[in-house]
Amino acid sequence: MAPVTSPPDQAVKGRRRATGAAPDAAGLGRARATGFLVPGMVLILLFLVVPAAWTIYLGVTNYRLTGLAAANPEVVGLDNYTRALTDERFRSSLVLTLQFVLGSAVIGQAGLGFAIAYALRDRRGPLRRLVEGFVLLSWILPSSVVAFLWIALLDRDGGTLNALLGIPGTAWLLDHPMLSIIVFNTWRGTAFSMMLYAAALENVPRSHLETARLAGAGTWQQLRDVVFPRIRGHVLTNLLLISLWTFNDFAPFLITAGGPEQRSEILPVYVYKVALSGGELGFGAAISFVMLLINLVIALVYLRMLGRRKETA
Amino acid sequence: MSTATRTAPARTDRPAPGAAPVAVRHVLSRIGRYVFLCAVLGFFALPLLWLATAPFDETPTITASLPRFTLDNFRALLDNPYALSSLLNSVYLAAGTAVLVVTFAALAAYALSRVRVPGRDALLYGLLLLSSIVTGTATMVPLFELAFRLNLIDSRLGVILILSGGLLPAAIFILKDFMDATPTSYEESARVFGASPLQIMRHIVVPVVRPGLATVGVWAVANVWGNFLVPFLLLRGPEKAPAAVIMYTLYTEGGQADLRLLSTFSLLYSLPVALMFVFVSSRYGFRFHGGIKR
Repeated sequence: MAPVTSPPDQAVKGRRRATGAAPDAAGLGRARATGFLVPGMVLILLFLVVPAAWTIYLGVTNYRLTGLAAANPEVVGLDNYTRALTDERFRSSLVLTLQFVLGSAVIGQAGLGFAIAYALRDRRGPLRRLVEGFVLLSWILPSSVVAFLWIALLDRDGGTLNALLGIPGTAWLLDHPMLSIIVFNTWRGTAFSMMLYAAALENVPRSHLETARLAGAGTWQQLRDVVFPRIRGHVLTNLLLISLWTFNDFAPFLITAGGPEQRSEILPVYVYKVALSGGELGFGAAISFVMLLINLVIALVYLRMLGRRKETA
Repeated sequence: MSTATRTAPARTDRPAPGAAPVAVRHVLSRIGRYVFLCAVLGFFALPLLWLATAPFDETPTITASLPRFTLDNFRALLDNPYALSSLLNSVYLAAGTAVLVVTFAALAAYALSRVRVPGRDALLYGLLLLSSIVTGTATMVPLFELAFRLNLIDSRLGVILILSGGLLPAAIFILKDFMDATPTSYEESARVFGASPLQIMRHIVVPVVRPGLATVGVWAVANVWGNFLVPFLLLRGPEKAPAAVIMYTLYTEGGQADLRLLSTFSLLYSLPVALMFVFVSSRYGFRFHGGIKR
């Protein structure tokens, strides 16, 4: 854990106010401080750390929800993992998940979020509030409601989209399930990136942009040479968070339930189906652990890049 | 984006552009920006249209259209045995979790902010990372298993505890930022006058960091209100199910969905978070500050 945690630690140090670390102004003492910490830590330990560790154990057993293996689960070693790696359904699910993350988080949410923030950067007034309001609304509404809104929007016969485009009978969810959930998730999550980039763009001095513009730099050049170097840290933080969130997102289940024919079965949906519908808890846990590892790798890659930025800065 | 490609030749032709091309470019980029923003507005508003029209339409269909206005559809809510009770369940889960998260996170954040616990930062970042990678989906099997062993299956308390465990690291992280930013001089003088640490916490620290507590509370409520997976996994039967789960069963179970019920229920279920958002954004401004910004 130590190497994982140190880069953001350094990243924050520079910002911490001098008054922040004043030692024990209220005379708390170490014992009482521990007492203050205990309730929260117990919950975190019990419902976050234990399940994470348990995933590792369950992953090497043949534990099932029902039947013989439910009463006496046996340790089967790495069987679950070898089975997963040779399983066609697991591999295609992994590929779909990567498409989902790349398409809806990295390109969709981050790209669109930045574009909106950039287009609104020096604008105040009703248009900005309207755009931001709708983008935020799509973010805060409950997922089961927005899932139905999208089912209704994309409906084959009565959907608003087909009515608008004048192509009734196009079954978006059946013919293009991945595209549908990628666009859905872009719609759903862009608000976070938009707000983060809006905050980041306020750190780019207006005068620098003005100078670049007067020197004849086009939009792309301004973005590349003036804006991007200043918000690189924000971009990485944003990409890290939205990649992790998207990777673990269960909302597509509400729209396509992984179908048709597992063509939109991303890993969270796959685990749910194998472990809880199918009852193979051990095998499901093994796949969960693989997911945890992938999450860890994503986090490490971004944090590494963030750390390198700090060194060069 | 299109403005960039259009203006590129003008730039290479004239390294020091004169007045006319600059003006043209300016107008073009303005137009491009408006077109882009209108497209964005359309994209984000389109799916929401149905939610605005269908609940008030005499004969709601799946297509969003101008409604023939009626309020009769809301009667369907009263006829459904689970619609209103599920909203109460949601309130119960959200309030329970928010109280737990705010209380425990405030205590922990205060201790971490004011006392040098060895390895404090490593602990905090480790937990934050853990909470972002150990989400409900990756650990649903052991969570289910754990709830089973602790007798928390079909228990609302179980849902509250599990959701709190997942939200606490980020809540502690956000609140510690707020606590670090408050000066310690009040606490010092209160201590001189003989106040106990819990008194100091209640009468001095809590009022000062109230915006932070409100932020975390609102954030926790919004998270729980929309959370589908945890109650879906742990609660059996519709009596205890929150609105998120009932909403899902309304359009997946039992053949033809009742659009009157579905549309009014969606609206009623969405309204609290939307109002909360309007309230928060008008009061505090919906902007990033502190933890995430830099």
